[in-house]
Amino acid sequence: MAQKQSRWSDLHKTLFEKNSLILTVGILITVSIGGIVEIAPLFYLDSTIEEVDGMRPYTPLEQAGRDIYIREGCYNCHSQMVRPLRDEVERYGHYSLAAESMYDHPFQWGSKRTGPDLARVGGKYSDEWHRDHLIDPQSVVPESIMPDYPFLATAELDYANIAANLRALRIVGVPYTEEMIEAAVSDVTTQLDPYAMDYDAFQARYPGAVMRDFDGDPSRVTEMDALVAYLQVLGTMVDFSTYEAQADENLR
Amino acid sequence: MSNAQGLKRVGTDPGTAAVFIITFLGALWSLFAAAYAPDAAMRGQSWLLLGGFLTGIVMLVGTIAGGGVIDDKREYNENVVKAGVIATMFWGIAGLLAGVVIAFQLAFPMLNLEPFGFTSFGRLRPLHTSAVIFAFGGNALIATSFYVVQRTCRTRIAGGIWPWFVFWGYQFFIVMAATGYLIGITQSKEYAEPEWYADIWLTIVWVAYLLVFLGTLWKRKEPHIYVANWFYLAFIVTIAVLHIVNNLSMPVSWFGSRSYSLFAGVQDALTQWWYGHNAVGFFLTAGFLGIMYYFIPKRVQRPVYSYRLSIIHFWSLIFIYIWAGPHHLHYTALPEWAQTLGMTFSVMLWMPSWGGMINGLMTLSGAWDKLRTDPVVRMLVLSVAFYGMSTFEGPVMSVRAVNALSHYTDWTVGHVHSGALGWVGFISFGAVYCLVPWLWKRKGMFSKALVDWHFWIATFGILLYITSMWVAGIMQGLMWRAYNELGFLEFSFVETVEAMHISYIIRALGGVLYLSGAIIMAYNMYRTIKGDVEEEDENVIPQTSAVPAE
Repeated sequence: MAQKQSRWSDLHKTLFEKNSLILTVGILITVSIGGIVEIAPLFYLDSTIEEVDGMRPYTPLEQAGRDIYIREGCYNCHSQMVRPLRDEVERYGHYSLAAESMYDHPFQWGSKRTGPDLARVGGKYSDEWHRDHLIDPQSVVPESIMPDYPFLATAELDYANIAANLRALRIVGVPYTEEMIEAAVSDVTTQLDPYAMDYDAFQARYPGAVMRDFDGDPSRVTEMDALVAYLQVLGTMVDFSTYEAQADENLR
Repeated sequence: MSNAQGLKRVGTDPGTAAVFIITFLGALWSLFAAAYAPDAAMRGQSWLLLGGFLTGIVMLVGTIAGGGVIDDKREYNENVVKAGVIATMFWGIAGLLAGVVIAFQLAFPMLNLEPFGFTSFGRLRPLHTSAVIFAFGGNALIATSFYVVQRTCRTRIAGGIWPWFVFWGYQFFIVMAATGYLIGITQSKEYAEPEWYADIWLTIVWVAYLLVFLGTLWKRKEPHIYVANWFYLAFIVTIAVLHIVNNLSMPVSWFGSRSYSLFAGVQDALTQWWYGHNAVGFFLTAGFLGIMYYFIPKRVQRPVYSYRLSIIHFWSLIFIYIWAGPHHLHYTALPEWAQTLGMTFSVMLWMPSWGGMINGLMTLSGAWDKLRTDPVVRMLVLSVAFYGMSTFEGPVMSVRAVNALSHYTDWTVGHVHSGALGWVGFISFGAVYCLVPWLWKRKGMFSKALVDWHFWIATFGILLYITSMWVAGIMQGLMWRAYNELGFLEFSFVETVEAMHISYIIRALGGVLYLSGAIIMAYNMYRTIKGDVEEEDENVIPQTSAVPAE
C-alpha cells in the first residue's frame, strides 16, 4: 500500500513489535499504573477506615464459625455489606462501615444476594431459629431456596489446632495477644458456658462476646455452635451510640 | 509414542530433569501433608495430590525411556495443541454441566442433595465458575496461544518438554482446585478460590507458560510480533501479576489447607475486585482477543481491518481495564474517590472495547457472504457481536445510579453470561472448529449441518439465559426498593426470591440448550478426528505441520 504510515505506528513497529522484552515491560508498566493509584493509598490514608468503638478480634469460636461459613461458600449467596440506600438501611440496619471488616481476612462483602444480606444478622433471630433454619431452611421460611445443612448439628468442631489459626491471623495483622493464643482452645468451651470459671478473663479478652451454648446441646462442641456464634456476632460489635458519621475523621 | 516420522527427541535434557525435580518435590510435600496435615480436608486432598505427582513421575519415566519428548525444529509442535483442544472440549462440557446443575438447584432447592454436604450450591458454584473460566477458557487460551505463536513466528514452540509441563501442570491445577472445593477447601475470593498450595503450583506452571511463550517469540523468524501475540502476552503477564498479589496469604501450617489473606476488609475487597475485574479483562478479554485476531482473519482470508486501530485499542484497553475494579464496590465502605475512579474508567473502557469489536467485524469486509456459507464464521462473528453488546452493557452497569439497582441481582449474572456464553464460548468454539480439521489434517468437519445446529441451539440458549436474567435482576432490584403507600417496604426478602422462580427455570433451560450445543460439537469433533469426514469444506484451507524454511 502506498499510504504513508504515521510516525507513531513506525515507532511502535520498530520498538514494541521487534523487541519482546520491551513489549513485556511496556505491558507491565501500563497495567501497573491503575492498580497502584487506586489500591496503594488505601493502606496509608487514615480516612480509609473510620474511628469507632467496639471492634475486637473474633473469639476462637466465632473465627471457627467464620471458617465454616467460608468452607460452605455462604458468600456465594449472601452479602455482608449494607449500602447507604434508604431501603437497605430500613431492611437490614445501619449501613456497613469499613471498620466493621477491619479484622476480616478475607473480607466477606459478597457480590450477590440470592439470600438476604447478613452484615447485621447478629441478634436478629434466636439461636433456635438459626439451628432450625440451618438444618432445614424451608421449615422456617417455606419459600426459601437455601440448601439444608443438617450435618452441622452433628459434626464435632475440630478446634484442637485453633491456636495456629489465630497465630496466622496475628501475622497478617489481627491484634491477638499471646494470652489470647494460649487460651484459644479453652476459650472455645469457655464461650459455650455462661457460668464458666474463666468468665471474667474471657470477657476481658473479648469484651462483649456473647457466652452461651449456641447449638442447644451443652454436651458437645459442634460446627453448629461455631457457625451460630459467628452469625450472632455479625454487625453487633460497633457501638453506634458513640459513632459520629459527620465527624471529620469519618468523612471520606 | 512411536518414532515413525523419524523426528528428533530431546533425550534426558536439563528441562526434563528440572520437571522431574519439581514433580518429585511435589510428591514429597504431598506425602508430608498426608502424614502431618492439621485439618481433615487436607489429609484427604493430599492423597489426591500425591497420586497426581506420582502419575507425573510415571509419565516422565515413560517419556525418558522412550528417548524424551519430540523436539524437532522442522515441524510445529501440534501434539500439545491437539491435547489442548481435546481438554478444552472436555472441560467445557464439564463446566457447563456444573452450571446447569446449580441453575436447577436455584429453581428446585431439593437438588442440593442433603446427605452429601459437597453437593450444595455454595460448594458447586465455585466449581462451575472455575471450570468454565479456568478449565475451559484457560485450556482454549493455552492451546490457541501455542498454535498461534508457532505459526506467526514461523518456528517450533520453545522449551522442549516445558510446553507439555504447562499443559499437564495446568490440568493438575484444575483437578486440585475442583476436588478442593468439593471437600470445602476454599479461600472464598471469587474466581481465586484455590488455597495457597494450589496457588503456588499455578504460579510455577504460569511462569513456565510465560517463558515458553517468550522463548518462542525470541526465536521467531518473522521480523515483527503479530498483533494476536501482543494480546496473548498481555494476558499471560497481567494474570501472573494479578494472581500473585491477590493470593498473598499466610498459611496456618505448612501442610494444612487453610490460609488467611494478607489483606483485610476494605483493602482486601479492592485487591480482590482489582483481580476479579481484570480476570475478566485479561483472561476473558485480552486472551480471547488474541484468538479473534488470528482466527477471524485466517478463516475469512482477509487482513485485519486496521493496523493502527489495533495499536490504539491494544494499549488503551490494557491501560484502562486495570482501573475498572472498584465498580464492583459501589456504595460499599470503599472510599468514594476510589468508586468514582473505577466508574469513570469503566465508562471510558467502552471505547477501546468497541475498537476491538470494530476491528474484528470489519475484517470481514469483502467476505460478508461467508456469514451465509460458513457456520464457523457465523459463530466467530456473533461472538464479536456479543463482545460488543456486553462491553456496552458493562459500562452502563458501572454507573453508580444503575449499579444501585443492578448490584447483588441476577442482572449481573446475566451480563456475565452474555460475555461468557456469547463472546468467550463462541470465539473458543469457533477457534476449535477451525483447529480440528487443520490439526488432524481433515478436509472439513464431519458434519457442517451439526455445526449449524450447534450455532442455533446455543444462540437460542443464550437468549433465554440473558433475557430471563434481565427480567429477574431488574424485577428483584425494583422489588427490594419498593415502598407501599404507607411508606413501608412493600416486599419481604423471601417474596422477591419467590418471584424469581420462573426466571430461574427459563435460565436453566437456556443452559441446557447451550450444553446440548457443546455436546453436539463434541460428537462432531469425535467423528472428525476419527476420520469420518466425507464432504470437503471449501472454507478449510489445509495447514501443513512443516515449519517453512528460512
